Amino acid sequence: MSVLAQAIPAPQTDYTTIIPELIVLGTGLLIVLMLAIRRFSNIGWYALIAALGFAAAGIVAYVDLWPEVTDGAATYAFSGMVAADGFSTFVVILSCVAGVLAVLLANSYLKREGLDKAEYFALLLFSAAGVQFMAMANNLVMVFLALEILSVCLYVLSAWNRDKFASQEAGMKYLLLGAYTSAIMLFGISFLYGGTGTLNIAALAQFFARNVLENQGLVFLGMALVVVGLAFKIAAVPFHMWAPDVYQGAPAPVVGYMAAAAKIAAFAALFRILFLGLSAMEVDWKPLLWGLAILSMIVGSLLALVQSDVKRMMAYSSISHAGFIAIGVAAASAEGMSGALFYLVTYTFMIAGAFAVIDCIGRKDEQYTKYEDYRGLFAREPLLAAILTFFLFALAGIPGTSGFVAKFVVFEGAAEGGQWALIGIGTVAAVIALFFYLRLIVLMYMQDSTERPDLAETRARVAAGPAVVLAVTVAATVLLGILPQGLLDMAGQAVFAL
Amino acid sequence: MEWFEDSALTIATFVPIVGAIIMLVIPKDKEDQLKATALILTLISLAVGIGILFQYDYSRAGLQFEVDASWISAINARYHVGIDGISLPLYMMTLGITVLCVIYSWNHFPEPHNPKMFLILLLILETGMLGTFVALDLILFFVFFEIVLLPMYFLIGIWGGPNRKYASIKFFLFTLFGSAFMLVSFIALYFLAEPHTFDIVRLADEGLDIARSTAVWVFAGLFLGFAIKVPMFPFHTWLPDAHTEAPTVGSVVLAAVLLKLGTYGFVRIALPILPEAAQTWAPWIGLLAVIGIIYGSLCCLAQTDFKRLIAFSSVGHMGFVMLGIATLTPTGINAAIFGMVAHGIVTGMLFFVAGSMHERYHTRDIPRLGGMISSIPRLAGILVLISFASLGLPALAGFPGEFTSMLAAYEPAAGLDAAVFRTFLIVAAIGTVLTAGYMLYMLQRVAQGPIPVEWEGKRLHDVNAVEYVSWVPLIALTVVLGVFPGIVFNVTNETVAPFFSGIFG
Repeated sequence: MSVLAQAIPAPQTDYTTIIPELIVLGTGLLIVLMLAIRRFSNIGWYALIAALGFAAAGIVAYVDLWPEVTDGAATYAFSGMVAADGFSTFVVILSCVAGVLAVLLANSYLKREGLDKAEYFALLLFSAAGVQFMAMANNLVMVFLALEILSVCLYVLSAWNRDKFASQEAGMKYLLLGAYTSAIMLFGISFLYGGTGTLNIAALAQFFARNVLENQGLVFLGMALVVVGLAFKIAAVPFHMWAPDVYQGAPAPVVGYMAAAAKIAAFAALFRILFLGLSAMEVDWKPLLWGLAILSMIVGSLLALVQSDVKRMMAYSSISHAGFIAIGVAAASAEGMSGALFYLVTYTFMIAGAFAVIDCIGRKDEQYTKYEDYRGLFAREPLLAAILTFFLFALAGIPGTSGFVAKFVVFEGAAEGGQWALIGIGTVAAVIALFFYLRLIVLMYMQDSTERPDLAETRARVAAGPAVVLAVTVAATVLLGILPQGLLDMAGQAVFAL
Repeated sequence: MEWFEDSALTIATFVPIVGAIIMLVIPKDKEDQLKATALILTLISLAVGIGILFQYDYSRAGLQFEVDASWISAINARYHVGIDGISLPLYMMTLGITVLCVIYSWNHFPEPHNPKMFLILLLILETGMLGTFVALDLILFFVFFEIVLLPMYFLIGIWGGPNRKYASIKFFLFTLFGSAFMLVSFIALYFLAEPHTFDIVRLADEGLDIARSTAVWVFAGLFLGFAIKVPMFPFHTWLPDAHTEAPTVGSVVLAAVLLKLGTYGFVRIALPILPEAAQTWAPWIGLLAVIGIIYGSLCCLAQTDFKRLIAFSSVGHMGFVMLGIATLTPTGINAAIFGMVAHGIVTGMLFFVAGSMHERYHTRDIPRLGGMISSIPRLAGILVLISFASLGLPALAGFPGEFTSMLAAYEPAAGLDAAVFRTFLIVAAIGTVLTAGYMLYMLQRVAQGPIPVEWEGKRLHDVNAVEYVSWVPLIALTVVLGVFPGIVFNVTNETVAPFFSGIFG
C-alpha cells in the first residue's frame, strides 16, 4: 500500500500557546506593511508601535499564560515543535522587557545619527520573536530556525550605522563567524539525529530512558557541536573572539540589547537541550560547561583589565558574565537554572542601563568611547557619571545591587551541587572583575576635564528615551538588589514547573 | 517602653540618611536652614542614643535592643541589629562626634563651600558608621561598611587639600581592595555554615565545623578587609595621605570613627566566628601591631606637616588597640575598646585643633609654627592637654587603654605563646617612650619658644565660641575617661568577659 493512501494526520495548530510570539511578529509585519504603504517622517510613531507590541506581548504572556503554565505541566503544540511551560514563558516575558528597553534606547539614537529608518524596529521585533521561539523550541530544527531568525536580525542591526566602518566591520564579522558556527551546530544536530533517530527534545529524553548506547561517540560529538554553536551566541570562551569587535563597532543601543537577548536565547536553548533532552548525558556535558564557565570568567575578566575602550571592555565583561551564568547551568539543578534565569533578568537591566549611559556620553557618531574620554567625567556630567558608577558596581556584584544577588544565587545553585571549585574560581574572577570596573570608575572621578576643551564645551544630551531607560534600569537594579524575592520566586516557579 | 526597644536603634541609625534625603529639597542658598536641619537631625539621633543609654541594662551581658527581621530572604540576609557592651561605647561616640562636627563646621566650610552637599554627605556617613556598629548580619554589615566609603571619598576629593584627588582615590582603592576579600570571606562563611547563614550571632554561637586550614584562609580575607581599614602596618599608607588632604571634619570623622570600623570588625566578626584561626593569626597580628607602634612613632619624629604627624600617631595608637585584640583575652579586648573610644576622642580633638591652627596660620608646616603659648594661649593650652592625653599621660583618656593593653600582652590567652607576647609588651613599652618623645618634640616646636618673625605682630584669633561649643565635650571626656576609666570598662566588660572567656577559655 502506498504511503499516500494513509490518512495524513493534520498537525495540531494550537495558536493560543504562541499568542505573545504572534503579537511580536505581527507588530513587526505591521511596521513593514506600513512602510510599504506610507512612511511617516517621524520614526517615533514606529517606535511607539514597537514598544506597544512588546508591552502587549509581555502582558499577555504574564496575565494569560503565566498562571496556566506554572500550574500544570508543559503543553506541546504544533506536533511537538514548541513547548509552552513556565521556563519558556518566563523567557518570553523577559525578552519583551528587553525589547521595550531596546526600543526606548534606539529612538533617539537613530534620530541623532540620521539613521532613522523604521525597519530597525521591525528587525528588533523579529529578533525578539527569535529569542522567544528559541526558548519554546522543543525540536532541534526549531532551535536552529529560531537561532537563525535571531542571528540574522542581529547581524543587520550590528551593521546599522552603515556609514561607519567599524559598524560595517562588526556586522560582517558577526555574520561570517555566526554563519560558520551555525553550520557547526547544524552538523551537531545531524549527529544527534543520527545517533538517536529523533529531533524532538522531549523524545530525546525518552530515547535515553529506554536505550543504553553501547557507543556514545556519535551522540557525544553531536551534543558537543550543538554546545559550540550556542556557546558562540553566548560569547563564552573560547568562542568569544567576535564579541569585542562587534561590541565596539555596533551601535551602543544595539549592543545594549544584543548582549542580553543573545544570552537569554542561547542559555534558554542550552538549558532545554541539555537539561531536558540530554539529562542522561549529564556526566558528559557537565565538564564542557565547567570549562566554558571557568574559561569565560577568568579570560573575560583578565582581558577586560587591559582594555582602553569602554565598549570593548564591556564586551569582555559580558564574556565573564556569560561564565557566571554558565555556573548556574553547570550546576545541572533546578536551583542553578533558576539562579541563571534571575541572573539573566538582572543582566538585561544592567547592560541596557550601562549602554544607555555609554550612548549618551558617546554623542554623535559615538566618538567618545575611549577611556581617555571618560577621564574627569564626574566633573563634567556628574549625574551620568554617578549612574554609570552605579551600574559598574552592580555589574561587579557589590551587595545592595541586583548584581550581588544574581552572583549569589548562581553560587548557591553550585553549592547545592557541591561544586566548590566553581564557586572558588568564580569569586576570584569576581574580585578581578571588580578591578577593571574600578579602573574606569577611578578614571571618571580622577582628573579635571580642563585638558579636554572639546569635551568640556558640549554637554552630553540625554534624550527622553534613554532617560526613561536609565530610570527604569536603576530602579530595577536597586529593587532587585534589596527586594529580589518576588522575581526569585518567579524564576523558581519557571523551572520547578518542569 | 517596648516600642522603644524595638525601634530605637533603627531610628537613631536611619534618621541621618532620611534627613539627608529631606535636605536635598532645601535650596542651596538657604545655608542657615541647611545647617540647622543637619544639627537637628544629628541631635535627634543623639537624643535617641541617650535614650538607649538610659534604657540599656548594664548588668546584663549579650545583645539588647535587638531587631531581627526578614530582609532578603532569598539569600538569607536579615535585618538583624542589636547593641551590646562592645558596640555601645562606639555607637555613642559616633553619635556625639557627628554632632560636634556639624557644630564645628558651622562657619568653617572649606572651599568650594557648598554646605548643602557637605552636610548631606556627613549625614549619609553617619548612617553608614552607626549601622556598621549595630549590624549583626554579614551582608548588612558589608552594606553599611561600604556606605561609609563614598561620602568619605567625596569629602576628601571635593573639599580636601591640594593633593586631594590622589589621596581620595588611594583611600577608596585601598579600602575597596580589602572589602573585596572580606566579601569573599563572608560568602565563604555563609556556605561553610550548616545551615547556611549570614547571621553573625549564630555563626559565633554555633561555631563552624571546618578544618583549621580552611578557617585560616577565610580569616585571611577578613583580616585583609579589616586590617586595611584600621590601618595596620603595612597597609597604612593610605592613611597619612587621606588625613593630610581631608578637610578638618573629614579628618576628625576618619580618625574618630572610620578607623574603628576595622578594629570593631575583628572583635565582632573575625574573632568570635573563627576563634581557632584567630589563635593561629594572633602572634602575627600582634607582631604587625607592635611594628605599627614603633614605625608610626618613628615616622612621627620625622614629620614636618602637623596633620601628617597626627595621622602617623594614629598608626601607633591603633597598634596598641590591635595588640590588645591580638592577646585574645577579655582584658585585652576591653583595653582595645577603651583604646578605640579614647583614640576617637583624643585624636578627633587633635584634628579639630589642627584644623583651627591651619585656619589661623594657613600652614601646617611645623618649622614655621611656634610660640603658640604666647600668641594664642587658649588654643595652645588645649593642644598641650590633648597632646598629653595622646602620649598616654595617666589621668587622661589615652592612658588606661594603652596600659591595659600592655597588661593583657603579659598574659595572653591560653594557647598563645606568652614569651612572644611579652616581647611584644617590651617593644610596645619602648613605643610609649617614643610616643612621648615625638609629642613633646612637636609641642616644643609648635607651642613653646618665642613667636617666629613671620607671625610677629600678626593678630591671631584665639579660640572662638563655636570652637568652644564643639570642643568642650571632647576635652571634658578626655579628663573624665582618664580619671574614671570604669565608665567605659564596666560597660564593655559585662559583655566581653563572659563572651570572650567562653570562646578562648
